[in-house]
Amino acid sequence: MIAMSKNIKKYDVIIIGAGPAGLASAIYTSRAALSTLVIDESSAGGQVKTTHQVANYPGFVEPIAGHELAGNMRKQAENYGTKFKLAADITAFHLSDQEKWVELDDKEKFTTEFVIIATGSSPRLLNIPGEKDYKGSGVSYCATCDGEFYKDKDIFVIGGGNSAMEESLLLLQFVKSITVIHQFDELQAEKITANKVTTNPKVNILWSHEPRAFYKKENKMVVEAEYLKTNQRIRLERDGIFIFVGLVPNSTFLKNVPIQLTEYGYIITGPQMETNIRGVYAAGDIRDKRHRQITIAVGDGTIAALEVIKRKLNELSRL
Amino acid sequence: MLQTSLEHIESEEQLKELIENNEKVAVCCGRMGPMCIPVYDIFEIFQEKYPDIQFRDMDFDTPDAAIIKGLPECRKFWGLPYTIYYRNGKVVKATSSIQSAKEVKSVIDEVFA
Repeated sequence: MIAMSKNIKKYDVIIIGAGPAGLASAIYTSRAALSTLVIDESSAGGQVKTTHQVANYPGFVEPIAGHELAGNMRKQAENYGTKFKLAADITAFHLSDQEKWVELDDKEKFTTEFVIIATGSSPRLLNIPGEKDYKGSGVSYCATCDGEFYKDKDIFVIGGGNSAMEESLLLLQFVKSITVIHQFDELQAEKITANKVTTNPKVNILWSHEPRAFYKKENKMVVEAEYLKTNQRIRLERDGIFIFVGLVPNSTFLKNVPIQLTEYGYIITGPQMETNIRGVYAAGDIRDKRHRQITIAVGDGTIAALEVIKRKLNELSRL
Repeated sequence: MLQTSLEHIESEEQLKELIENNEKVAVCCGRMGPMCIPVYDIFEIFQEKYPDIQFRDMDFDTPDAAIIKGLPECRKFWGLPYTIYYRNGKVVKATSSIQSAKEVKSVIDEVFA
């Protein structure tokens, strides 16, 4: 890293996102003696740190706690010299073929030749009235965390995919009843899990409905839901609402950057992870691809890092 | 026991002493769960950014956590973690469930500025 002036520093590579893809990249670039900065608006670990147990990451005979695996990845990168800026706000940045820089918290500016974007994805919010207001006091996103607060209560589960059904199975251990609200006429979850939920006598499903608003009436949560076939709205009361409606790519910060995205906001890359902007790579869940797993994110991050290392070595050999 | 690098509060007395002797205190009371871990992590990072604030965690399942669970500000909380901000010994803000770094920073700016 070269200090250019009081507030501008140069790194060989800047990695945006400190999940498994970003950390894998950082381990490789740091070990190759490239000065490496990892930036994240939160802490390190991405979605892995909030995963209870990881059982399919090779090398661990017994499942490992997600936060432990994430912590190990971060320490490994740090041991090889990676620098971190965590809980940092990217207040400005520029990505083009010729120039790349990132400004943090309106005060520090970092320039680089190579950027690896590994910002991953986040649980999707419904973004309807009441959702934020009642987070933690009637609206929840985690069965293992908050299920016991709803012991013998009646609840809603919003969603019909794998996460919604898996979390419903957990919730069924606590609650008196679940009303699933789902936008389609059938569940998208794997049949084996979906069947376990739908055959449970405590479960009732409201098909082809979408929530439009949440509010509170005394101690009850009210869902205003729209029947999508007639646009008719109904109001139902339960004790709580659990929301599991999939993931969204963390790419909104790229909206003014000429980087190619899919219609869903995932970054399009070539097989070597390079985007349409020279020197800008994408790795992990932010990348357009069919499967999203920790192992795949780590693989993406490794490929991106090796490409950066190769190009840096080529540059040096031309000097 | 919470597996964080924050200092843990293990008793009611410890918490009382902490808020009596420090102007600005933030306590995250939870478990090692998906909604809690991000908040502990943010506290760990903010310890360096805000040296004038005492950041701590507390195990939600310890009996002494009743001092937090019983707060009037937490009466309607149905989501972990409970995060409490004390200034001059008094609760000035309490949040429930996961909070992003931006949300925690915004609370800090609001109540500890």
